[in-house]
Amino acid sequence: MAVKLPIYMDYHATTPVDPRVVEVMVPYFTTHFGNAASRNHPFGWEAEEAVEKARKQVADLIGANPKEIVFTSGATESDNLAIKGVAEMYREKGNHIITAVTEHKAVIDTCKRLEKDGYRVTYLPVQKDGRISLDELKAAITDKTILITIMTANNEIGVIQPIAEIGAIAKEKGVLFHTDAVQAVGKVPFNVNDLKVDLASMSAHKMYGPKGVGALYVRRRNPRVLLAPIIDGGGHERGMRSGTLNVPGIAGFGKAAELCKQEMAAESTRLSGLRDYLNDKLHKSLDEIYVNGSVEHRLPHNLNISFAYVEGESLLMGINDVAVSSGSACTSASLEPSYVLKALGAGDDLAHSSIRFGLGRWSTKEEVDYVADKLANVVTRLREMSPLYELAKEGVDLSTMQWQTD
Amino acid sequence: MAYSEKVIEHYEHPRNVGSLPKEDPNVGTGLVGAPECGDVMKLQVKVNPATGIIDDAKFKTFGCGSAIASSSLATEWLKGKTVDEALAIKNTDIVNELSLPPVKIHCSVLAEDAIKAAISDYKKKQKSAATAAKEEQPTA
Repeated sequence: MAVKLPIYMDYHATTPVDPRVVEVMVPYFTTHFGNAASRNHPFGWEAEEAVEKARKQVADLIGANPKEIVFTSGATESDNLAIKGVAEMYREKGNHIITAVTEHKAVIDTCKRLEKDGYRVTYLPVQKDGRISLDELKAAITDKTILITIMTANNEIGVIQPIAEIGAIAKEKGVLFHTDAVQAVGKVPFNVNDLKVDLASMSAHKMYGPKGVGALYVRRRNPRVLLAPIIDGGGHERGMRSGTLNVPGIAGFGKAAELCKQEMAAESTRLSGLRDYLNDKLHKSLDEIYVNGSVEHRLPHNLNISFAYVEGESLLMGINDVAVSSGSACTSASLEPSYVLKALGAGDDLAHSSIRFGLGRWSTKEEVDYVADKLANVVTRLREMSPLYELAKEGVDLSTMQWQTD
Repeated sequence: MAYSEKVIEHYEHPRNVGSLPKEDPNVGTGLVGAPECGDVMKLQVKVNPATGIIDDAKFKTFGCGSAIASSSLATEWLKGKTVDEALAIKNTDIVNELSLPPVKIHCSVLAEDAIKAAISDYKKKQKSAATAAKEEQPTA
C-alpha cells in the first residue's frame, strides 16, 4: 500500500484533534454557546455542565479530584501560574526554586523572570541519560526552597524523570512539587497521588484535543496548595484563573482525556512497538547513529537520534515529505543547537545532527518503513558529501582537531 | 523555512562533490568552519601550472542546505578562473545568486572563507616548492 504524503511524525509538537473530540465540541460553538459563568439561565447551565463534565474527565485521567483542576489557555500558562503563583504566595516562607536545565522554555524563562525579582533558582544538570540526579536534588534543597519544578517527560528526547522519587523527596522536605506533564499525560500512566505531585501542567492539543486549552492540577489536600493568580478579573476557576471559560475547548479537552484513559494501554504498546521497529530498522541500515537520552525511561512514542557527520537541517531537506523536527541550530533563528541535547553532554556536533521522531495515534508501519528507508538513503548521500565523514574514515579523531572558527 | 529554487536545485544535484589529492602541489585545500557550529566546508582547487587557471574544483560540506548550495555554487564559479579572479568572488555574490535569507548569510561567508583558504594553501605549496627547487639546484 502506498503511503499518503506528507507523513506527520511530529506528534510532540502537536496532535490532530480526534474526530470523536470534534464531535463533542461542535454544539458548544453554536447551539450551546452559553457563558459558563451565567448562573441564571439554561444557556449558562448547559455550558457549566459541559465544563464540569470535562473537569471530571481530566481529573479522572490523572487520579485527581475535579475540584483540583484549573482550566487555562494551555500549558505555558499553567507553568507560569504554578511557578509564579507559588513564588508569590510563599514568598514569606522562602525564595528558592529548583528546576533542571532541560525544562521547557515555559518553565526556564518563568524562572529567569523570577530571578530578576529577587528569587534564587537552581538549575540542576542532567546526567548522560537525560535524568536528574536525586542526590543533587536533595543537596540543592535549603530551608528557603519553596518549589521544585521538574518536567515529567521531555519534549525533545522523551526522557521520563524519576517523578515518584522526586515527589517523595519534596514531601519529606516539605517543599511543593510542580511538574510540567504535558508530554506524558494521556500517553503514560500518571497519577498525582502515586507520584506525590502538588501541581501538574497539561495541554489538550498534545493529547488529541484542541489548541488553546490546558489545565493546571492544584492539590487541595496534604497539603492544600495556595496560588496567587497571575490573571486578575472575574474570579473564575476558584479565583485562580479569571477569564471566560473556553467551553468548546474544555469540552473537547475532557473528551480527549477520556479517550486517552480508555486507549492508553493499547496505544502505548502499539506505538512503542512501532518506535522500536523504526529504531531497529535505522540501526540496521546505518552505522554511527546514536539515540539521545535514556532508552529505558522514555515515552513510548518518542525517538531522538543523532546521525553522526550529517547536519540536521540538510537531513530534513532530504526528507521534506516527512514532518519531523531537528535539534539543529539552522531550524531556528537562534543559531544555537538544542539546549536539551547540549545538556546531555554529547557534543554540539551531535546536537546539530539530531532528528526527533514523534509517533502518534494515526502512525502506521507503512509510514515508519517509508521514513526509515528514505532516511537511510539521504544519510548515506549526505555522508558521501560530508568532510567529517571522510576525515573520520581516514582515522582522524574529530574531537582533537583544530577547527578554524572566527 | 522555505528555500529558494536554486538552493534546492544545488542541494538535490550538487556540483563537483568529491576530493582531489591533497598532496598534489597543484591542489589547494581549504577546510573551514567547525562541527560545533553546524557547518564545515572542505573546498579544493586544482590549478593548471602552465596557465594559472583553475582546472578543477571539488567540495564536501557538512551543513544545512544553504551551506551545501553555497559551496556547490562556489566550485562551479571557480572552474576556469585564474587564482586572482577566484579571490575576487565575494560572499554577497553567492547571497544574490542563491537568494539566501539573512539567517543564511553565514553560509556564504563560509564559502568565501573556503575559497580563500584553498587558494592560500595552493600559494603556500607553490612557494615552498619553488624554495625547494632552488635549494636542489647544484651550486657548482
